[in-house]
Amino acid sequence: MADHAHKLQILRGLIKFKSNTQKIWGVLILLSIVTTVEVILGIYKPKALMASFLSMKILNWIFIILTLVKAYYITWDFMHMRDETKSLRRMVVWTAVFLVCYLIFILLQEGGYVFDVYESGFIKRDF
Amino acid sequence: MDNTINTGTEGKAWGGGNQPLKSSYGKMMMWFFIVSDALTFSGFLAAYGFSRFKFIDSWPIADEVFTHIPFYHEPAPMIYVAFMTFVLIMSSVTMVLAVDAGHEMKKAKVTFYMLLTIIGGLIFVGSQAWEWGTFIKGDYGAVQTKGGNILQFVNADDGHRIALRDFVVAEEDGRVAHESKNGLWFLSEGTQPSYTVEEVIKGLESHENVIVRTQIINNEGGKTLLSREESLKQIKDNGKIVVEGANLHVNEYGTPLFADFFFFITGFHGFHVFSGVVINIIIFFNVILGTYERRKNYEMVEKVGLYWHFVDLVWVFVFTFFYLV
Repeated sequence: MADHAHKLQILRGLIKFKSNTQKIWGVLILLSIVTTVEVILGIYKPKALMASFLSMKILNWIFIILTLVKAYYITWDFMHMRDETKSLRRMVVWTAVFLVCYLIFILLQEGGYVFDVYESGFIKRDF
Repeated sequence: MDNTINTGTEGKAWGGGNQPLKSSYGKMMMWFFIVSDALTFSGFLAAYGFSRFKFIDSWPIADEVFTHIPFYHEPAPMIYVAFMTFVLIMSSVTMVLAVDAGHEMKKAKVTFYMLLTIIGGLIFVGSQAWEWGTFIKGDYGAVQTKGGNILQFVNADDGHRIALRDFVVAEEDGRVAHESKNGLWFLSEGTQPSYTVEEVIKGLESHENVIVRTQIINNEGGKTLLSREESLKQIKDNGKIVVEGANLHVNEYGTPLFADFFFFITGFHGFHVFSGVVINIIIFFNVILGTYERRKNYEMVEKVGLYWHFVDLVWVFVFTFFYLV
């Protein structure tokens, strides 16, 4: 607890805050905007975003990206990851990101395979 | 410190005197706990993704499941869960304000913000319980087939869902729930549905405007509707039990897996929120008693703050994968 220095800028210095308290409210506003966009898209589900992109709806990609944006600001500003040393940050974030990506890839790949087998009447390859 | 062995290397890089992460032991361990807990939640959510990909063409549509708001009876998807999300983010903000006030050694401010955080957490857990309650109770009712699929009912005139109670008449069939005190003491059964499949068939036959909706998602992203003849045929041939609401075995909204994952993941998250509230209350009283004032730092508030933000972080993902995607 030697130093209470906080980095007071978000969005790569686009917005600078005068105090830590002010930054907290700024991040709250940002998170609220993102959540509101998600909820509005979730209620109206615009037809234009229903097209498929990389085997998932564009709308779902938008939801996932916005979620990661929110996760970033919660971790970086509320949990003060921005103020930790680079090595602590990498230990936590890289480990989690790597393992989660691996897990998601494996399980979703397998889920899709099982779906295909079910769909083709339990036959994957008919010799 | 007298019995510490002096190796003469304390100042050197590997001598042990270094703090490369510039973080206290407690905070670091909280971070590593959070990483492992995050992986646990990721495992659950990825398993949910697996099951969903497995049944990608028949998974329930969340907007049709979570449509309730307390004291308001029109279906309104997303609104209540958006409110819950906002409550949790707000309580995260008051938590980080408490941490900030702790850095400035302002006891009164820390106390106040901790209290707000606890209240936010309680509102969230309460909302979660209410959400569970409405999900368990269900609203329209459905018929489960022999193969475990769900057949729901739709008013063919306006395309809206129609509840069993609106077209089925319950008859007195003398069937009562078996209780262990009335018969074999080692057998018991749960609540009986309000109607039998035979009653549903009679109701369907006498109401020309009711048709059946299957679980299969069509090209427009909605559920497939059957014709009147097909509806009757499906219910008569395959209808097995009447399902009202959801539990771990049956689910009137679609596959029981959806209910299982909902109960398990939101339950595990709700348990985290609950334990977070308990820990927050303990820290709150420590703040009031002046423990951290005497210790001359409020790092403990920061550590529970980390946990609390993590709970918020997990909810952001649960919100996306259960309600949005």
